[in-house]
Amino acid sequence: MRTRHLVCSLGALFLLIADTAAVENPLPQTPVRIGITPVFLDYQTAFLDDWREYLEARLHRPVVFKQRSTYRDIMDMLLTQDLDFAWICGYPFVRFRQHLRLLAVPVYQGEPLYQSYLIVPETDTDTRSILGLRDKVFAYSDPDSNSGYLVPQFQLHAAGEDRNNFFRRSFFTWAHQKVVEAVARGVADGGAVDGYVWDTLAKVNPELTARTRVVMKSKKFGFPPFVAQHKVDDSEFRRMQDVLTGMPNDAIGRALLKRLNLDGFSQGNDHLFDGIAELAKSVPVR
Amino acid sequence: MLSNLSLRYKIPLRISILILIVVVAVTVSLLARSSLIFKQDLSLSSENMGRIMANTLTGALLYDDVWKAYEIINAPFSVDSKNGSLQADTVIVLDKYERVYVSTAPRQYPILTDPALKDDEIASLKQKLSQHDPMSPVTIEMPGLGNIYVVTPIDSDGVLLGRLVMLYSHEIYIDRFLSFMRQAAMTAVLIIVFLLPFGVYWGRRTAAPLMELSKCMGQVGTSITEIPDCRILKGGDEIGQLGTQFEHMIEQLREKEALEKQMVVSDRLAAIGRFTAGIAHEINNPLGGLLNATNTLQRHGAQDPLTRKTVSLLERGLLQIKETVAALLVEAKHGAHAVTHQDIEDTRTLVMPAAQKKSARLHWVNGIHQPANLPSTYVRQILINLLLNSIDAVPDNGRISCEVSTTDGVLRIATHNEGEQIRNNDLEHLFEPFVSGRESGRGLGLWVTYQIVNTLNGSIEVSSGEDDTEFVVTLPLRQAA
Repeated sequence: MRTRHLVCSLGALFLLIADTAAVENPLPQTPVRIGITPVFLDYQTAFLDDWREYLEARLHRPVVFKQRSTYRDIMDMLLTQDLDFAWICGYPFVRFRQHLRLLAVPVYQGEPLYQSYLIVPETDTDTRSILGLRDKVFAYSDPDSNSGYLVPQFQLHAAGEDRNNFFRRSFFTWAHQKVVEAVARGVADGGAVDGYVWDTLAKVNPELTARTRVVMKSKKFGFPPFVAQHKVDDSEFRRMQDVLTGMPNDAIGRALLKRLNLDGFSQGNDHLFDGIAELAKSVPVR
Repeated sequence: MLSNLSLRYKIPLRISILILIVVVAVTVSLLARSSLIFKQDLSLSSENMGRIMANTLTGALLYDDVWKAYEIINAPFSVDSKNGSLQADTVIVLDKYERVYVSTAPRQYPILTDPALKDDEIASLKQKLSQHDPMSPVTIEMPGLGNIYVVTPIDSDGVLLGRLVMLYSHEIYIDRFLSFMRQAAMTAVLIIVFLLPFGVYWGRRTAAPLMELSKCMGQVGTSITEIPDCRILKGGDEIGQLGTQFEHMIEQLREKEALEKQMVVSDRLAAIGRFTAGIAHEINNPLGGLLNATNTLQRHGAQDPLTRKTVSLLERGLLQIKETVAALLVEAKHGAHAVTHQDIEDTRTLVMPAAQKKSARLHWVNGIHQPANLPSTYVRQILINLLLNSIDAVPDNGRISCEVSTTDGVLRIATHNEGEQIRNNDLEHLFEPFVSGRESGRGLGLWVTYQIVNTLNGSIEVSSGEDDTEFVVTLPLRQAA
């Protein structure tokens, strides 16, 4: 009987505290909806939870991360205003530029730029460029990815190769880290991957990247940006931008950035993505 | 060789061999059964697994998603469960042209290649598959110690999109078999270790009474009487019955041997009796003449001292011969009166001086209270002979007893003395004439006694132990005429 009393009292106490907390920190019902794509290691759910909490505390609003298996799903949700913000690739950004607002560009190794890596299994010591992979099996990450699709497509196109028949077989893994897996396990003889993702994987899962060899690094392109759908109101846009760019200013933000393997977020500008736009122009859309 | 082996070893050996055979047979049959069950399990579980995988693969093949197909077939490998679980070594998805769509061993089976080109086993698998309905799953075991292939169709709406091939190395089967065999062997060894000592103990226990019986039987040969008591297990079973029968047989043999010995002694005594009687008669006739002659010579012959002395010597010698012959020749003397209490007491008076000479104590029981119908002279002579022998045998201050009684129409005389034990060899010749255990005496006392007892149709028994020798004479009373 005593124990039950105690449990009841504790329960009541807990409810009271929870209630007070809710009153002290009232969050509006409509959450901020953020779409994320595998432009970074999006499978780190624990990290996402911490980041969500961080954003909620700064925005004073609930935050929801929405994950989908393809870039296109996230793009569709953005265009239909099912999302407020999203972290997408530069390629769809330049394609749907008129429907989007550039929110922030991650800063990686001191600049808002990244590269596409061409990787092969570490057992392959001969391949020097993508042209050495003729009649081989190739892994792309996503048809809407710059580094994981557009760059190798452009390279083949620029070399005058038939992009559709150059490889014996090509397939999409729908995520950069899975391109690394496919190449490491020998399912594919080569793959195109976001250089930032490969570098980050080399830190968190060095055994995996050690089984691949980077053959070629592309020129630098604008880092996959955070965007807002164009109907997001300005104050919300500014607040979000401030929170992201202000992350290096506090300890929790810095810790989160470290886990992201990023230096911070900059406001960026459209010209960062000119290189991608050029590639997109020269390679006909699939 | 084995037939000569003692049951002491043969029975435990047989039980041990039986235990070994049973354990080995059970182990082998369990192994065979378990390997069969394992094969069935493997086939069943992998076909189920294949069906589930094939269902999931349909979408991937339909939308041509190689990576998704790879992730599906690779899913079981991503869980670290190689130990003990029935996991395929390699999973291959073939497209409808039987080229590799994707496999978990991409370096061995690269995408869009014909797996049969490099792999002979896959080539023969393809050949075997062509004989089966492509729309139903099938398990194919390669001959020898080849791999086991479980092939499941991947179809959509009845159209074959490809095939899922799951390759199980024979090693998992062998590993399983070996591990089970180790376990079974260990159990078998444990059972044997526990059962064998039991078997040996049991076998020995079973053999033990037979061994004992055999040992006793082995001693039956030269003499029955010398067999020591055998500890033969008695019981209702065959061995027990055998033991009982054996003891019975030994008892009968002993009786028979004793009887035979007695008969030999009696026959010999009878022969000696006839022989001595014949000689005595032959001697008695001339002896009478000789005595008459010496008598005549003494009365009417020359009276010179030498002749007289010589004749006197002759007469004494002849008389001694007569006496001896008379002793040998026991004849029924008729006319003697029946034995009375006083006759027995007179005998006591007669032997008392001899007993006192050795300070021997005589225990006397005279049970004759009314005349017993037997010739008193004979009975007295028997009694005197036995008592004098006893007094002779007994050491100084020794003890002698004598009991005379009549019961059930029989007169019984029993004497005991504390003299030395009579040796076995001497017992056999005890009643023969001129046989004497002592230096004094002619050895005719017991002979005469025997003759008299025989004449009276009685019996005489001797038993001699340490410090106790007993003579028992039984004489049937004559019917009053």
